Amino acid sequence: MQISLTVNGSRRELDVEPTMLLVEVLRDQLRLTGTHIGCDTSQCGACNVLLDGKAVKSCTVIAGQVDGCAVTTIEGISADGALHPMQAAFREAHGLQCGFCTPGMVIAGIAIAARHGPDVDKETIRHDLEGNLCRCTGYTNIVKAIRAGAAAL
Amino acid sequence: MTGYYRPSSLAEAATFLGGGGDVACLAGGHTLIPAMKSRLRAPDALVDLAHVPGLSGISREGDRVWIGAMTCHADVAKAAPIPALARLAGGIGDPQVRERGTLGGSVANNDPAADYPAAVLALDAVIETNRGTHAAGDFFLGMFTTALEDAEIITRIGFRVPQGAAYAKFAHPASRYALVGVFVARFAEGTRVTVTGAGPGVFRWTDAEVALDTGGALPALAPDNLNSDIHAGAEYRAHLAGVMLRRALGDMA
Repeated sequence: MQISLTVNGSRRELDVEPTMLLVEVLRDQLRLTGTHIGCDTSQCGACNVLLDGKAVKSCTVIAGQVDGCAVTTIEGISADGALHPMQAAFREAHGLQCGFCTPGMVIAGIAIAARHGPDVDKETIRHDLEGNLCRCTGYTNIVKAIRAGAAAL
Repeated sequence: MTGYYRPSSLAEAATFLGGGGDVACLAGGHTLIPAMKSRLRAPDALVDLAHVPGLSGISREGDRVWIGAMTCHADVAKAAPIPALARLAGGIGDPQVRERGTLGGSVANNDPAADYPAAVLALDAVIETNRGTHAAGDFFLGMFTTALEDAEIITRIGFRVPQGAAYAKFAHPASRYALVGVFVARFAEGTRVTVTGAGPGVFRWTDAEVALDTGGALPALAPDNLNSDIHAGAEYRAHLAGVMLRRALGDMA
């Protein structure tokens, strides 16, 4: 089917299988490989994107559902090579090790800031990261980064 | 290849659903899409309800709060005027799941470990469909089975506003589904206590209801017919039900 989708601000007309996963559309058709596939079972959050401004797991949304919607991926949160404040906070706080979960963490962080505002506390951040898994190390610096990123937004 | 329909009215949706073959309603897709990916489900076609008008929103009418079937968990968590119901919705899955998963999808699927069926049964809800209504007590027929007929679509669910209510669950640490969840709701005529996650489907814990209404000692739940799996045995689930009941009672508001 033909779908019309705004991806990172650009209108895209795409010919897709309606049950193709959004993450497959993004990675395989549009070559936006910053959105990762971790678990593929709706658990890990590596595939988080913003769908009409809300953070969702793009491995659990199909192409037919996003016709007419706006998607923002990790590639689209900032322009002209500058880092988004949430990305800058992850760098500053060293909120990553291997980096695989980071795109999803940054998107989750942006959504947490949108939900809870600039003064969001650590406990709320930890709770709201329930759907984001980091298998390298731990969440201490990720939580610090999101706190700083929320304050900087 | 799985077909995909996107009706713009309930009547059109029902026509697609009644067209033969295994045709499934797609609500938020947060059970159905994972089930399709793992090959547990392979429907011939999907009927996406997202563009059917009038299936979302929360309103109060008399002694009931009506919530549209396509209302996502995040919206129920934010805006349901029954605090225990809002808290239950806010504890489903994780924030990303709650932006997509819906009340109607969860109730129609009737996963034995889902949270919403506990609230629907405890809050004596009415399940409204394109064909009529079902009382909660007649709706849940066991594991993944409901009173819904073919091409019958949940439109909204009316929860009775209780004098007080609370839900406590012991969540599976990975899936966030209820290993055991207990919903307690107090009404003028008596208390309703429901249990999810423990058995083959949601059920009323009538011994606990009687104990709460008569001031008797809280009962233990018998492990007979409860689930035993790699996550927990029946005896453990029975014990957890008692713990969750006490936690819910401590949170009653």
